Amino acid sequence: MSRRVVITGMGVCSPIGNDLDTFAGALQNGVSGIRFQPLLSDLNFGCQIAGKPIVNDELLNKYFTSLELRDLKATGLVYGVIAGCEAWKDAGLKVDEKDEPDWDSGIIFGAGILGVDKFRDAIYKVDEQQVRRLGSTTVIQTMASGISAYLGGKLGCGNQVTTNSSACTTGTEGLMMACDRIQANKAERILVGSASDSGPYVWGGFDAMRILPRKYNTDPEKASRPMSASASGFVPGSGAGALVLESLESALSRGARIYAEILGGFVNSGGHRNGGSMTAPNSKAVQRCISKTVSNAAIMPEEIDAINGHLTATSKDPVEIHNWSVALGLKGSEFPYVNAFKGHMGHCLAAGGALESVGTILQFRDRQIYGNINCEDLHPDIGAVVDPEKVPSKSVDYPPKIIAKASFGFGDVNACVIFSQYNP
Amino acid sequence: MPAEHYTRLQEIIKPYLPEDVTVEDIKEDSHFINELNINSANLVDIILDVEDAYDIVLENEDMENMQTVSDALAIINNKLEGKA
Repeated sequence: MSRRVVITGMGVCSPIGNDLDTFAGALQNGVSGIRFQPLLSDLNFGCQIAGKPIVNDELLNKYFTSLELRDLKATGLVYGVIAGCEAWKDAGLKVDEKDEPDWDSGIIFGAGILGVDKFRDAIYKVDEQQVRRLGSTTVIQTMASGISAYLGGKLGCGNQVTTNSSACTTGTEGLMMACDRIQANKAERILVGSASDSGPYVWGGFDAMRILPRKYNTDPEKASRPMSASASGFVPGSGAGALVLESLESALSRGARIYAEILGGFVNSGGHRNGGSMTAPNSKAVQRCISKTVSNAAIMPEEIDAINGHLTATSKDPVEIHNWSVALGLKGSEFPYVNAFKGHMGHCLAAGGALESVGTILQFRDRQIYGNINCEDLHPDIGAVVDPEKVPSKSVDYPPKIIAKASFGFGDVNACVIFSQYNP
Repeated sequence: MPAEHYTRLQEIIKPYLPEDVTVEDIKEDSHFINELNINSANLVDIILDVEDAYDIVLENEDMENMQTVSDALAIINNKLEGKA
């Protein structure tokens, strides 16, 4: 019997709030974090709206020294360090200033790309033959592992400190990587998270692909419409989420509060076969990922109370729902509740998996299934598979026991995880 | 050596000092890395700040020779005289 892994701390830096209560309140009450972005308008973007955390100086000064703040341009690094430190504190873990690091604590903090604005500055200087004026932080602000490196020092972690990257699957994949390591007795606790930079240089490529909505620039809160018949593309987002995964023994021995248990999960790829491509999922692989997750968690599909989907608000949402239905063998009124937090936050890209997992787990605490926003006009192909009552527009007072979460990413990669309320 | 350069240099160094070193600890013969415990990576930033403050350009050999506060002051003086 492998070791049980539980979640004892969480933190966010998100378009809908930088602390758990504000974040949960927004998900609960259908508050949108999608706002008009003047910079995108100035730069002639088709989509001029986005989800972006609002980080004030007080918060910055809490987690960064004045020296670290000098020329700090890596937005994802800011979000990741804030979310990571908040999760650590939320778990009741102290930062020990002693000489020895904590050998049992590690970090897996993923990112799609990091420090794009800093990199832009560096490119200009290099092209102007001013390479000598780059300063000492260009590397640490633009290396993919910048967030885990910063957090490793701030928290004094002495176990594996690394970064994973699998596009929009990143955060959910990180959960499974940490689970494996804890179950293999190689670590007692791992801070898992994922982050995504804000700004035109990250979002521009998606705008060029014409997969972002263009008709909502004056009505940003209505733009992100997962599962809706009028969904017209995903709204770009950014931020970071973080979760402390811990062996049950470690959590119990220090009397930690337990938010949830990870019963199991699975990660796979569709290999760009069978309709899968760089940008589209192989449905067979998605279904396999979900059914392997269910068997790995040793539960029956009927036990799943709710699904937090990937559901980005593109024309692919009905395909995703179909895949869940086939994989679980459930439809109509048997189908679990399903929600998508991208309606509130937009698609936070690499950060999405971690941010949405935090939201998913908060539903155990709040004994609710959070409602969806902007899908009053449920897509008919989804309505044909799922009883529309299972796609709630308002939060439902229903205490979930088991929730499934999945993320799918560019490159045809998939990750799925089963969370359960903690049963001693 | 003009005292104003010394004060100005102290102000430039100040943000790079670790928590347990104060600006009063900066003496003329202080070694940046061994005595003031400044992270060696940050020496690069101090050099850039000095260049900006005095509108001078330090050569690679200046950077290698800049081990102590008085080294820095000598290099600054030298550059300013060269400019004048």
